[in-house]
Amino acid sequence: MSEPRKQYVRPLDLKHGRVDMAHGAGGKAMAQLIHELFARHLGNEWLDQGDDGAVLPAPAPGEQLVMATDSHVVSPLFFPGGDIGCLAVHGTINDVAVMGARPLWLSAAFILEEGFALADLARIVESMAAAARKAGVPIVTGDTKVVERGKGDGVFITTTGVGALQAGRRIGGQRARPGDAILVSGSIGDHGMAIMSEREGLGFASPIVSDTAALHGLIEAVLATGADIRVLRDPTRGGLGTTLNEIASQSGVGMLIEEKALPLNPAVAAACEFLGLDPLYVANEGKLVLICAEPDVEKVLGALRGHALGREAAVLGTVVEDAHHFVQMTTSMGGRRIVDWLTGDQLPRIC
Amino acid sequence: MKYIDEFRDGDLARNIARSIAAEADPAREYRFMEFCGGHTHAISRYGLTDLLPPNVRMIHGPGCPVCVLPIGRVDQAIRMALEHGVILCTYGDCLRVPASDGLSLLKAKARGADVRMVYSTQDALALAQKHPERQVVFFAIGFETTTPPTAVAIEQARALGLANFSVLCCHVLTPAAIIGILESPEAKAGGVALDGMVGPAHVSTVIGSAPYEFVPERYGKPVVIAGFEPLDMMQAILMLVRQVNQGRAEVENEFTRAVTPDGNRKAQALVAKVFQLRPEFEWRGLGTVPDSALKLRPEYAAFDAELRFPLPYTPVPDHKACECGAILRGVKEPRDCKVFGTVCTPETPLGSCMVSSEGACAAHYTYGRYKDLAA
Ligand code: SF4
Repeated sequence: MSEPRKQYVRPLDLKHGRVDMAHGAGGKAMAQLIHELFARHLGNEWLDQGDDGAVLPAPAPGEQLVMATDSHVVSPLFFPGGDIGCLAVHGTINDVAVMGARPLWLSAAFILEEGFALADLARIVESMAAAARKAGVPIVTGDTKVVERGKGDGVFITTTGVGALQAGRRIGGQRARPGDAILVSGSIGDHGMAIMSEREGLGFASPIVSDTAALHGLIEAVLATGADIRVLRDPTRGGLGTTLNEIASQSGVGMLIEEKALPLNPAVAAACEFLGLDPLYVANEGKLVLICAEPDVEKVLGALRGHALGREAAVLGTVVEDAHHFVQMTTSMGGRRIVDWLTGDQLPRIC
Repeated sequence: MKYIDEFRDGDLARNIARSIAAEADPAREYRFMEFCGGHTHAISRYGLTDLLPPNVRMIHGPGCPVCVLPIGRVDQAIRMALEHGVILCTYGDCLRVPASDGLSLLKAKARGADVRMVYSTQDALALAQKHPERQVVFFAIGFETTTPPTAVAIEQARALGLANFSVLCCHVLTPAAIIGILESPEAKAGGVALDGMVGPAHVSTVIGSAPYEFVPERYGKPVVIAGFEPLDMMQAILMLVRQVNQGRAEVENEFTRAVTPDGNRKAQALVAKVFQLRPEFEWRGLGTVPDSALKLRPEYAAFDAELRFPLPYTPVPDHKACECGAILRGVKEPRDCKVFGTVCTPETPLGSCMVSSEGACAAHYTYGRYKDLAA
């Protein structure tokens, strides 16, 4: 007589398997995908309940909740320095953190394209899990849908984050005042150029690495100094130039920055030069723009540079009065020009 | 990168600026035209006019490939895509050039035209190979810099026997455009009193410096060929001021690190093999200029999109309010246009000078418009 078997299950083929429509149909295949892939990597006390939502503790008295959401679509899905998985975790943590809040929980929703390799999905989910673990922000609930082949781009991920905001803390895009200092936490354009050089197959000798990172630690370090921080923002799509314009128009002020002060990684500068792009409009995924009261500049700069993610922090310039809300820049040549809103997409020049 | 930094040294720029200020005669004006859009862009991007004394003025020339593209040509490209169902591919800047009926290639795309942006002619060829069942047309625009790659693609298509690849050739010639400006009605009536010209950077690497000799010879104006870096520009302006002061008119070459008198002979030979002169071509702003553009030679007729998809060329006048023409001829400035920055902006370009970052209107809007506004 043979031994009694524990169970009859054919495990997911994570090596050669592919996403099919059944993985989103709500049946056994979907349960298996969730169990063997998502729950296995992302598991925590909330997710392990297997319920439709997560029951979370109320914030401390006096605290307020901050919520932010972000959808992530990126091609290629894997790039030097990261992938869509860690990007989706970092992006939403940063959106919560730049509100001055402490990020607490995330949700994640996946839209998978039929035919997408399970091995790639596993890599992405592992990367999300690692990023969430490192940041100390668990993914407490999630969802998966599958769309037919040709109707997605491999995988889209939407993450939503909830954080707690200390009583009395006020940080926002309308708070910049003439005289305030403008700082950035490090080199600009790294993420966008990492993606673009991968996509265009530029094949630089030393690849440009995305700066994707969770910024809440850096932000906590700055806030802990007690400095009067007016605005925090992560200059993602549209780059630093766009972010400064957004703040200027929200606050009804102008800005004057120094081109020479812009921290720029030489490989990024060279790639931008090659493609005819302006690094001011290239995306970042791990940088912080910060506006603070002028007397606190040294304190803030010290806190930024004292953190691993802010070693190259720099003071870019000052907030000025300007009825037209222009962001102006003294160029490296000593002339002056506008740093305008980006029009459409940046396109490589042809002449 | 170090190499580039050498041409972005602010202290050096200020030194050159001091020499320009010291040597420019305060009793006169100096009016120099930078031919290339690349130069226009560098001037605005680095705020170089702030470094020049007020009596040294830069006038933006027509060397911006999309700015000189007439509406009728964009219309042709759009109709090829919409009526003949071709895959139309072109460089990014072309996509937003306003055409007739409120269309542009980008808007035509939204109406179902299969328009693709490519980074190189090689991408266009690859598309043709990937879609043997479709016709692929490359909308070829630009000056002498972009012509050799088009010639290469046509040669390759022939070698590969690609029956579904063709080119709508709108390549134009720099020397002809310079004549167009110097012979424009305004110039003849004394309207554009040019004292000299900053000659093209990349174009000159292909054609060399010799083709500009006619400018001093026939028109008595100095030319200094310059690179696109801000220091190149400053140095070239200083060289022009000196020529004017010394009563000289010569072709000088500031960009010797890339430009030789004869240019790139191999590229020239290839272009001559594939293309021949068009008897005339309509330019935006300059009107119809004789011998100013290229078309495919009869031996390459099989790759000529104009023959494969016969669509008559219909010239279309610019928008009434648009001053692009006068700006390209150097007689007006963007701020002279009534709709600048109000109706016509980079998001909603009315004229082609507002499209490319190298266009005079777009450069002024993006980098310099604060100077026009009261504080
Ligand atoms: S502002 Fe617009 S309409 Fe006016 S000249 Fe320039 S491109 Fe033409």
